[in-house]
Formats: sequence, structure tokens, C-alpha cells
Amino acid sequence: MKSHVWRPLYVALGIVAMILVLRMFIVPDDFGAHERGYMYGWHSKGNEAVWQKVSVKYKGGDSCKECHKDNYEDIKNSPHTDISCENCHGPRLEHPKDPIGLNIDRSRQLCLRCHLKLPYKASDRGTMKGINPDTHHPQEQCVLCHYPHNPTREAKK
Amino acid sequence: MNRREFCKKGLLIAGGLAIPLSALELFNPARLLAEKADKSKTRWVFLVDTHKCVGCGFCVKACKTENEVPYDANVTRTWVERYVITKDGKAHVDSPKGARDGFQSSKLDQNHAGMLEIKEEDIAKAFFVPKLCNQCDNPPCVQVCPVGATYQTEDGVVLVDRKWCIGCGYCVMGCPYGVRFFHPVYHVAEKCNFCYHRISKGMKTTCVEVCPFGARKIGNLKDPNDPVTKVVMNERVNVLKEEYGTKPQVFYLGLTKEVK
Repeated sequence: MKSHVWRPLYVALGIVAMILVLRMFIVPDDFGAHERGYMYGWHSKGNEAVWQKVSVKYKGGDSCKECHKDNYEDIKNSPHTDISCENCHGPRLEHPKDPIGLNIDRSRQLCLRCHLKLPYKASDRGTMKGINPDTHHPQEQCVLCHYPHNPTREAKK
Repeated sequence: MNRREFCKKGLLIAGGLAIPLSALELFNPARLLAEKADKSKTRWVFLVDTHKCVGCGFCVKACKTENEVPYDANVTRTWVERYVITKDGKAHVDSPKGARDGFQSSKLDQNHAGMLEIKEEDIAKAFFVPKLCNQCDNPPCVQVCPVGATYQTEDGVVLVDRKWCIGCGYCVMGCPYGVRFFHPVYHVAEKCNFCYHRISKGMKTTCVEVCPFGARKIGNLKDPNDPVTKVVMNERVNVLKEEYGTKPQVFYLGLTKEVK
């Protein structure tokens, strides 16, 4: 057979070889079927560490207690005891180094997340104390009258 | 009845009783788990108590910040749905901005159909259902990935490799729970990963950390003493869309048939 008949085949073989060579360089060595097998575990192992390195912004727990003892004890002995500081004060990040101060959310909308009256008996929402925001001192900030760290007390003036 | 006959029948009855007794031997779910073929010591699972959820949406707010999902983009890794079931049997659902700001109105946001007002006397039952990735044992989103960009770790969490994702969107279509979306900044598939950076450090996920009502819990199913494992084993828990065969690992207390 004439050589020009074979030529497209050589081209095709060349392309396949090129892809295989490129693949050697592009695909990382840690690519493979890991613990979850070929169907669910085919991945680059190093990516797991990438996800583990994401920074923790919400520090949670009792980390605020050391410096803000008064406020911490106020809220711990109140009906709001289970509300994490960071829900209203924002994520701690590296505070007090960075940022130096946190942005406190004093908006009416924040309180309404729980205290908008909804008559939903199938969930605990139905038994929560709530207001109708259109009739209960409209537009006013709740913290003008209520002390958020202990709602049984009046606001600090 | 003579003695020979009595002995024969006695033995027959004793033998007959012995068989069902051995068949009735109770199995210990904790031991059963320990003897499972795979050797990994951790299997992250999630427990949601829909009775306790009041729809405050602090979980959604914190999740978006912690996981760097743009705050004002209308996408989120976790969200809370409000179900209002009226006395005529109809289910009305809404989740404005994924409940990032909670539910600021008693009216239901029906998108283009406007705000739906439901009279209190028409409500049969109403409740909130938090949603997040189910980290399925048979994750369809992983199966359909053509490039190996999404995968499941040994401890059961499904992750996305941002370097490898080509943005084809098969996984977004493949997930029956609608958990996946495109990250508005990285333009690759994005999903809840049980805050993998936190749970691998021994911390709780952000949504669990900030939930004031204990409606969300994370646990290790391989640990028989884990409080979440105890609830999953001993109480009436349910999962979403079981019929899809995905074996979801987010367990719900208090689900009803209206929840999809």
C-alpha cells in the first residue's frame, strides 16, 4: 500500500502520543483512586489538605470570656445564654489583633430573626416571645429599651 | 402416652424452641458498625431537629462568612426552608435569600408570584427545615464528574477540587437535593463540605457552632458513644429523598411528607 494511505494513521498516533506525554506533566502524581475507590475516590490527594487549610473565622466557644468577662457573665445568666457572641458581634477572626474592633449588628432585623411573632405551632417558633414589627415601636432599635445580653433587664443608658 | 413417646416429643419441642431462639438473637448496631469492612474510624454525619429550628438563619449568615461565599450573591451552601401547610392540605414553601436574614415577614416570598399572606386560622402546621449537603454514601454528583474534580474523602465528606473543576455543571444537575451551585468568584462547583477545615481540627461546623437552639448537630457515625450516633441508631430519624438511592447522611427528626 502507498505511504500516503498510512499518513493519517501516523498523525493520529502522534496526537495520542502527544496527549499521553502532556498528561504525564499536567496530571499530579497524587492523582488516583483513593480510599473510596475508583467510583467515588478518584482525585488528587493533595486537595484534601487545601480544604483543611481554610481559615477559621468563627472561633466560638468561650474564647471571648478572657477579656469580656462582664458581658460574658451577663449573657450566660440570661435567657439568651445559648446565643453565640459572634451571631451579633460578627466573626472574631484574629481579634483583638486583626480586626481591632468588631462590627456589632444592632439592627432591628437581627432581633426579628427570632422575635417576629409567627404562629407556627409545629415548631418551637410558635412558643417564642414575639412582636408585630408594624405595631411595636416601628423603626426603633430594640436595644434602646432592651438589654440584649439579658432581655429580662432594661437597656443600659 | 408411654415413656418413649414422652421423651421423643419432649426432645422435639426443646429442639423446636431452640431454633427460633437462636434466630431471635438481638444484634448490636454498635458492634455491627465496628465490624464493617472499611477500616476508617470516622464517618461524618449530620442531625437536624426540625422541632427546634425557629428559622433565625444565623447558620446561613455564619456559613456564608466562614466559607467565603459572597454575602449578597443569591447562592448559599446551607439554607433554611419555611413550610406552611394550610388546612386544605396545600404546602407553601419559601426561603428568601436562603434565610440569610431569617424570615423577616409572616408573608411567604413566592418570587414572581409576589408575597403570599396566609391567615393564622388557615394554618394546619408550619415549621422550618434547614438544608445542607447530605454527604451521600452513593454521591451522584461525584459519579457524574468527568474530570475527577469532585470526590469523597475517607471520612465521607464530598469535596471539590477548584483547580480541576472545569465548570461543566453535571454535578449541579446531578444532585437531587439542589445543594450545588457555581461559586460567583471562582466559577467552579461549590457545595457544603461540613466545614472540612473545622471538623478535621476537632471543631464543630460553623452552623452547629452558631445555632442557638441546638437544631443542628454533627457527629461521627463510627463512634457508638457519639450523641448523634445514639440518636440515629435509637430514634425515629428520616432522610430526604431516600428513593433516589443516594444514601444521604443528614438525618432529620420531625420530617413530614410535605418536605421535599
